[in-house]
Amino acid sequence: MTKNLLTSAVLAGVAAGLIAALLQFTFVISHLMEGELYETGERIHFATDGSTQSDRIQPSIGTDFARHGMTLAFNMITYTGYGLILLALMVFANGKGHGITPRIGLIWGVAGFVAVQLAPGIGQPPGLPGTIGSEVGPRQAWWAMTIIVTAIALALIAFSKRWTALLSVPLLLAPHLIGAPYLDTYFGVAPPELSARFAALSFGTALAGWSSLGFLCAWFWTKADAA
Amino acid sequence: MTTNAATIERSDSSAMGLAIAMLAGVFLLMASGIAQATVLHDAAHDQRHAMAFPCH
Repeated sequence: MTKNLLTSAVLAGVAAGLIAALLQFTFVISHLMEGELYETGERIHFATDGSTQSDRIQPSIGTDFARHGMTLAFNMITYTGYGLILLALMVFANGKGHGITPRIGLIWGVAGFVAVQLAPGIGQPPGLPGTIGSEVGPRQAWWAMTIIVTAIALALIAFSKRWTALLSVPLLLAPHLIGAPYLDTYFGVAPPELSARFAALSFGTALAGWSSLGFLCAWFWTKADAA
Repeated sequence: MTTNAATIERSDSSAMGLAIAMLAGVFLLMASGIAQATVLHDAAHDQRHAMAFPCH
């Protein structure tokens, strides 16, 4: 079982990481690199003359294959990491009588997106390079706590019988009522539209990556289990 | 008796398997998302931003 679990999660993670990276190259990275032009001061949006207009021109992602190769490799590592945890939880649920099929895997993947990207992203949205944040320790603690609490809430919705599912409501709300750590000053140098677009594109590609991950974890697992 | 022993052994090893998979997953995520070492941070930079890791 352990061998099937590890093999399936790694295969699914590498494939989902490839899908996510290709989507990032198509949609996200050009916006990220446009943000870097404001981070470095090559472009200035809030100019001293009071003008807040600047040209909307995304740089080409170019031919820095070392940089983009690393983005591909680290997406594969990240999705393999998430895949190992996701499939371990699916197999645990399977032991309690909840079946694993690729379709159910897809739902697990979407739930993973909600717990790991969307819920913490509400308090700490994906940020362009150069975004100034509060101290990293408390932000990491809030991020990890939000993921765990949201995952427990989703598990209650999915698996609990009758009214105990309602306990998910306070759990889903708690991290946001507590609130993510933030600074009491805005520091952004990039156009707000660019930051918003970057965050939305990051969420979109992560949803595609996570859906693929859940589907593929279940698909490889059912293949390996049948063999 | 034999059946019981086999069952117990299998559930033990599957719990161990789940724990190994979870730990391996957390280890990979620490490397790809959280670790502060400059080389790792720079190489993973774009991916960390796209996946919204709180890394700095």
